[in-house]
Order: sequence, then structure tokens, then C-alpha cells
Amino acid sequence: MTFVNWLKRHLVVIAGLITLGYLLLPNVVVTVFSFNKPKGRFNYQWQQFSTDAWKDPCGVAGMCGSLSISLQIAFWATIGATVLGTMIAFALVRYRFRARGAVNSLIFLPMAMPEVVMAASLLTLFLNMGAQLGFWTILIAHIMFCLSFVVVAVKARVMSMDPRLEEAARDLYASPVQTFLRVTLPIAAPGIAAGALLSFALSFDDFIITNFNAGSTVTFPMFVWGSAQRGTPVQINVIGTTMFLVAVLLVLSSMVVGNRRTKQKA
Amino acid sequence: MSTLAEAPPVAPAPEKRPPRQRGRLVPYWLLLPGILWLIVFFALPMIYQASTSVQTGSLEEGYKVTWHFATYWDALSQYWPQFLRSVAYAAAATVLCLVLGYPLAYLIAFRAGRWRNLIMILVIAPFFTSFLIRTLAWKTILADGGPVVGALNTLHVLDVTNWLGWTSGDRVLATPLAVVCGLTYNFLPFMILPLYTSLERIDGRLHEAAGDLYARPWTVFRRVTFPLSMPGVVSGTLLTFIPAAGDYVNADLLGSTDTRMVGNVIQSQFLRILDYPTAAALSFILMAAILVMVTVYIRKSGTEDLV
Amino acid sequence: MITVTTTDTTDHGGDVRLSGIAKTYGSFTAVHPLDLTVPQGSFFALLGASGCGKTTTLRMIAGLEEPSSGTVFLGDQEVTRLPPYKRPVNTVFQSYALFPHLDIFENVAFGLRRRGIKSVKKQVEDMLDLVQLGEQARKKPHQLSGGQQQRVAVARALINHPKVLLLDEPLGALDLKLRRQMQLELKRIQTEVGITFVHVTHDQEEAMTMADTVAVMNAGRVEQLGSPADLYENPKTTFVANFLGTSNLIEAEVDSRIGDDIVLKAGGGKLVLPEARCSAPTTTGGKVLVGVRPEKISLTHADDAGEIPVGRNRITGTIADSSFIGVSTQYVVDSPVCPEFEVYAQNIDRDARLVPGAEVVLHWNPAHTFGLDAAQSLLAGTTGSAGVQEETAA
Repeated sequence: MTFVNWLKRHLVVIAGLITLGYLLLPNVVVTVFSFNKPKGRFNYQWQQFSTDAWKDPCGVAGMCGSLSISLQIAFWATIGATVLGTMIAFALVRYRFRARGAVNSLIFLPMAMPEVVMAASLLTLFLNMGAQLGFWTILIAHIMFCLSFVVVAVKARVMSMDPRLEEAARDLYASPVQTFLRVTLPIAAPGIAAGALLSFALSFDDFIITNFNAGSTVTFPMFVWGSAQRGTPVQINVIGTTMFLVAVLLVLSSMVVGNRRTKQKA
Repeated sequence: MSTLAEAPPVAPAPEKRPPRQRGRLVPYWLLLPGILWLIVFFALPMIYQASTSVQTGSLEEGYKVTWHFATYWDALSQYWPQFLRSVAYAAAATVLCLVLGYPLAYLIAFRAGRWRNLIMILVIAPFFTSFLIRTLAWKTILADGGPVVGALNTLHVLDVTNWLGWTSGDRVLATPLAVVCGLTYNFLPFMILPLYTSLERIDGRLHEAAGDLYARPWTVFRRVTFPLSMPGVVSGTLLTFIPAAGDYVNADLLGSTDTRMVGNVIQSQFLRILDYPTAAALSFILMAAILVMVTVYIRKSGTEDLV
Repeated sequence: MITVTTTDTTDHGGDVRLSGIAKTYGSFTAVHPLDLTVPQGSFFALLGASGCGKTTTLRMIAGLEEPSSGTVFLGDQEVTRLPPYKRPVNTVFQSYALFPHLDIFENVAFGLRRRGIKSVKKQVEDMLDLVQLGEQARKKPHQLSGGQQQRVAVARALINHPKVLLLDEPLGALDLKLRRQMQLELKRIQTEVGITFVHVTHDQEEAMTMADTVAVMNAGRVEQLGSPADLYENPKTTFVANFLGTSNLIEAEVDSRIGDDIVLKAGGGKLVLPEARCSAPTTTGGKVLVGVRPEKISLTHADDAGEIPVGRNRITGTIADSSFIGVSTQYVVDSPVCPEFEVYAQNIDRDARLVPGAEVVLHWNPAHTFGLDAAQSLLAGTTGSAGVQEETAA
């Protein structure tokens, strides 16, 4: 009876942890298989332990080149989307203007649109304009679909900001430009950072839109896609594992630094 | 108070001018670049696509707008199974995401205590590993004769799913079950995060109040917690259903030719067969179908201020 | 419109003069054309319920709101169209608006730095000492208590040595005890620095405790302006009579005159009102509202009615309710002229017969009676009445 009671009380915790396991299982597999030494071209079955791939992560033709292209595109897309999105977010929160509803819809629709639809229509545009598909068309597409997410993140932050803070700054002899630089921007910074981080992740990991508009340029996700047809090198798992670890470490260290700072001040 | 600074010098009286005339244009300048970007690279392409969908011709001779609406009819009559499959798979994945995601979101919001941040990180961190790599990992997990398939076989789960048509024989890979499993996995965080956001806003004292008013835990959940989390449920299901319905990666990597979704068709029409009008028509139908479903759904659930 | 003009010719560098300023939002008038002069060095309170236009008036002085018409003068200089960062005026905001990303030191130094002053350390430290926060200089605002945050807000504004300091409900977020303490503290600082303070509040007790001059605002207009004692003892409108403290108001009819006094008929009895204390026209047979504060009234059991000295205003009634609150006992008395007469009796010698149901005589010195125009709502200014509209426009 006591076990049944215990189970009842912790049912939600158990179910939640099962979901968490479901979410993390592929990452475990990716990590484990980064130490595999597959027999054929595909790295789907465990054969034997080996650190070969870790010793030579760039040993596969084209992979590290595609990684570098992805990083560049993600970097520039993040900057472009963050700047444009932040401007829109400020306009939406701080000003009254005509066509507000139309602007809101234009922000919302890219998020509510299946990627394949955006990808196909963008390709139609580029084909009609006779644009050369490649780095620039990918970058254009990425800025387009990251923009809305930045707007949403920044908007939430700016909306929750007390408008009296800016009034206080103006009251304390700060000109409009100084008010923006000294008060508005620092307070909106976490929202802008969140938008930028999201943009980077979305752009770096995008496959569908990129696949339609890349021409002969190969980004890292496209390399993985291609290798799924031709043969998956173990190095892919090495990259995947590294990305996961770097992300976790970055977040953990920022949290530790944050915690220490609050403790020091208190 | 001798330490106080002199009062600031006061500027001469300004010229009389209607106030803030100059400031009127500020929002438009702020909006201009981003909105222009979205108009040129999001809205305009839609128009191009609409026009492409009613063109006829061939790749060699070029295409012309002939208002050939029959393309839509042909596309639908030829590819309706893929459309139905897309909706069915996406709906199944959405329901699974809700069932799986709700306990985890609830756990993070109310029961995790000091583990909250760690679990949050573990939910988000997989995002940073390319989703293609993670989807490929499911090929290993669900491999024929692997431990998962073995366990399902022993428990006679496969007999049930075979009877339902979700799997065939001793295989999970290359079946609808594998595709739905992959879709669920890929879009689960999009369900958990909005759920968590709306659950976290709920005042914990409401649970106590409900308990105080003679509600059993299950009743508390049904009458208080769940209704209050509706905004999260609505945006979570939308964020899961929409991308899942348009996805072709999972169907391609984990499925077979019998699990092709409409995304796969659009992709191959556009990139391999190069039949642009059919591809554009399919893409347009998918967009319209999703917009209609989303609008009806939002109206029904009564949360129109999601944005 | 109420005009207060000072006739002396001394320095008016810190006078605030509002001339005909008004503010409308679409069809809603937040502030009706208003003339007001706040003399230099005074502690001036704008008192009213929320939505009465007091905060809008304050914001027009600060430059955060542009008047729809009229002009704002600081001393001899017109500042109506000057942006806030060019006005020698600083504000202590409601809920303080401390910059969350800056520490206390930088919050206080903010105004000095924006004016290009490089060496701010000494000034800021002195200022923080003045408000007793020297130790907290490197903390962030959220690490301070409400009272401490409030003092930072005051320091941040005062360090700029403004000509006028504007306080927008600065104590609203504090608990009662701290509020009392900060009232005295602010009063001390004002006396010390000699800067003109304009203080907006909805708390009549706070306004009366702190200010030299109080302007009572209602629905975008100034109802009455004067010293706290003057407003309390001699209200000119029912709004002021009810909003500042409590008043018993009786509808009466002018009967006759004896010397400087007016004799009124109310119910069956007669009441005497000094003509100087009546703000209404007093033609014989006309209606007047007679008011008296609850603490001015004495309560005598009907059996002892003979002992009441002559020459006092009398009303008979029955005690409906009594509540003992320590310092005094508050009675509600049912009488033919006024259904709920409030009487506050000091607990010196309590008469045990004064319990609900007892027949009593209420009596008071006619000098404490005031007369108001009968053409206004009896209930204006009481909580929940039309006079205290909960508008959020201001």
C-alpha cells in the first residue's frame, strides 16, 4: 500500500523524468557512437570502442568547411536579425502608428508558416529574379525567419519595462539619446541577448529552408543530410557531442558567475 | 547642503513649434528595414508562388501564367494520401507531445525545487546539437533487432501496433510509428517551453486554496491548473503541429516510401522533378489548410492574443 | 479657477506659476484651465483622489506631459515647451523608478553625470550620508527595503539641487509606520535644503502633516486652497468637507439674522451659524448646508439636557451605534435632521448610559459651524460617491 501511495504522490515526477529521458536519449547515443569504429559506411551499429574520430575531427572531406560556412551564416544572420528585430520591437512597444495590425501579422506569419512553404516560395522568388543561389541567399533567408523570434523576445522584455524609468532618466537631465543608451538599452539587453541566442541556434541548425535555397553551398546540416544518404562518418557525432557539451558548459558557467555576483553584492 | 551642485543652466526658451512633429516619423524609420525585409523575402515570395501555381509550360520553354487552376485539382487528387498522412502524423505527434510534455513542464514549474535550472538546461541543450544528427540517432535506437524493438516484441506491443497498421512485422524503423516518434521527439521542446511559461505564472497558493476548498489533487488539476495553463497548451500545440505538418526530414530519415508526407512531395517536386507549378500549388494548399486550421483552433480555444 | 498671488517683491526664482494650464486627452479633460502659484521654499501639496488630475498637473510641471493650453513658469522663465531634461526640476516617482541595472551610487550620480560633472564622488557620498545610506552605495536597488529605496529616490533628485522638487505619491508603497517616519524625514529635508516641494498625494492626513499649503483637487479642478487648518476648519465645498476628515452635513433653511450670526431652521429646531463661516448666499428662506465636525460635538444623555449651557446648537437623537477605539468613542446618532450623525467623544469621563438606543442631545459651539452652498451633492468627497471617481487617466 505504501508503495502505491508513494507512486501516486510521485507520479508526475516519474512521468516528467521519463520524458526527460526520451529527450536526452538521442544525445547519449550520439555521444556513445562518437567512440565507435563502424565497419561499413554507416555509423548505426556498435562495433568497438575507438577514439579515432576524436583525434581527427576534420578527417572527413568537406565537413569542417561546411561547419565554418554554417558558423559564418549563423553569425551574420544573428547580427542582422537582432538589429532589425530590435528596431521593430521598440517601434511596436513605444510608438503608435498606422498599420499596426498589418505589422503584427507580418511578424506572426513567418512563425506560423511551415518551413517548407517559406522555403519553396523563397526559391520561387530567387528563381524568378535569376539570383545566384549560395551564401547570400541562405543568409537572406535566415535573417528573414529569425527576425520574428527576435521581435517576440525583445518585445516581451521592453513591454515589462517600467516606462517611468525612462521618464526618470529624462527628468535627470538625460537627452533622448542618452536615455536610450544609458537606461533603455541596458535594461532591454537580456531580451536582446535571448533573441540573438535563439537566432544563432535557429540559423545554425536550419535545414529545410537552407536546403531549398543553398544552390551548391553546403552548410553543416546539409552535410549531415547528405551523409545520411552516402554514409555517416563518426566525426559527425564528435561535432554533435562537442556542441552539446559546449552549450551546457556555457549555460552552467554563466549561471555560476551570476550566482556568485548576486551573493557578493548581498 | 553646501555640497550640492549649482542648478543646471537653463536653455533659452525654444521656438514655438508644434510639439514632437519630428518624432512622428521615428516608428516608421525603426520599422522600415525589418518590415521591408519581411515584405520582400516573405510576403513577395508568397505572391510569386501563387502566380507560379497557375502557370503552365515546361522547364525548357519557360512557364507562363495561364490561370490553370486545374493544377490544384490534379495535385490534390494525386497527393491526397500524403496530405492526410501529414495531418494525421502531425496530430498524433502533437497529442503525444502534450501527453509527454505536460508532466515535465509541471515538474519543472512546481516540483523541481533546486533542480529546476538544471532540468531547464537539459531540455534546451539538445537544441544545440544539430537536429539531423539527433534524428539519425533514432535509427540506432529503433534499429531492427535492437533492444527497443526486442522489448516491444516481448511485451507484444508490436502485435497491437501491427494490427493498427502503425508498424509492420518485426520492424519499427521505416514505419509510421518511427516517423511519429521522430516528429514527437523533434518538436517536444516547443511544447514544453510554452507550457512551462504558463504553468510558472500560476500562483502556487491557488492549489492550496483549491485544496482548502475540498478539491482532491486530480480535481485541482482538472479545475484549476489545467484551465489556467490553456494559453501554454494552445501555443504549444500550434508550435508543434505547424512545423510537424510541413516536416519531411523525419519521414525521409526514419520512414519509407509508404510514409511520405506532403513536405516530401513538395521537396521532390521542387528540387528533383522540377515541376514548379505542382510544387507551388501543393505548398499553397498546405499553407491554406494550416492557416484555416490554426484560425479555427484559436477561435475555438478563445485565446486570440497569443502574439 | 483659483488664483493665489503673492504681492511681496522678494526673490521668486523658485516660484512655480501655472497660468491657465489645461490637459485634455481626446474628449476627456484631465485638468481644467488652472492658475496656481507655488511660492519659493514652500511645501505644497496637491491632494485628491486618483484620477482627479493632480498627477497630470505635476507631470506638466516636470515636462513629462505637455499642457494642451496655458503656460508654466519657473521664476521668471517660461518652460512650457522645454523638455524635462532641460528643466531645473526633479521628480521623486511613484514606486521610485530606480534604475535596476545601476547600483545606488550610480543611481544618485546619474543626474550629475548627465550634466557633464566629472568628480561626483564627494557629492554623492555626502548625499547618501544625508539620507543615511552611506553603507549601501554599492548595492543594487532590489537589495534595499522599500524605505531605503524611497530615500535613494529622494537623494537622486535632490543632489541636482533643483529649483523645485516634485513628489508623486512618494510614500504610497510604504507601510503605515514607515510612512509616518518618512513624512517627518521629508519635512526635515525640505526645511534643511529650503527647496520648493510640490507633493502629490491622495492621503489627506499625509498632506496635512507635511504641507504648508494644500490644494484640494477634484475632477480636474482645484476645489479649495489654503493651509491645512484653514481647509479643515473652514471648508468651502462639500467635497473638501467630506474628503478632509469627516463632516456632518444638515440641510437647513435661512430663517433670520442676529448680529453677525444667521439663524437657520433644520427639522423642528434652530441652529446658529456665524455669517463669516458661510460660503453660500444667505437670502432669507434660501437653503444652506450646515456642517460640523464630529469631534466638535458633545453628547449628553436626554435626562441631563437641562445642564447644557445656553447658546449652543442642539440636536436630539438616538444612539444607533457606538464603537470604542481607545482614544475616543465614535457614536452614530439617528436624528430627524440627519440620519447618520457622527460624534467623536474623547474617553475622559465616560457616561455609562450612552449605549445604542439611548436618547441623547448633541450640542456644540456655533463658532464651529460652517455653511455650504446647498446646490451640491451632500456625498461629494465621501468614499464610493461620484465625487471620488476611480479614473486611471491621470
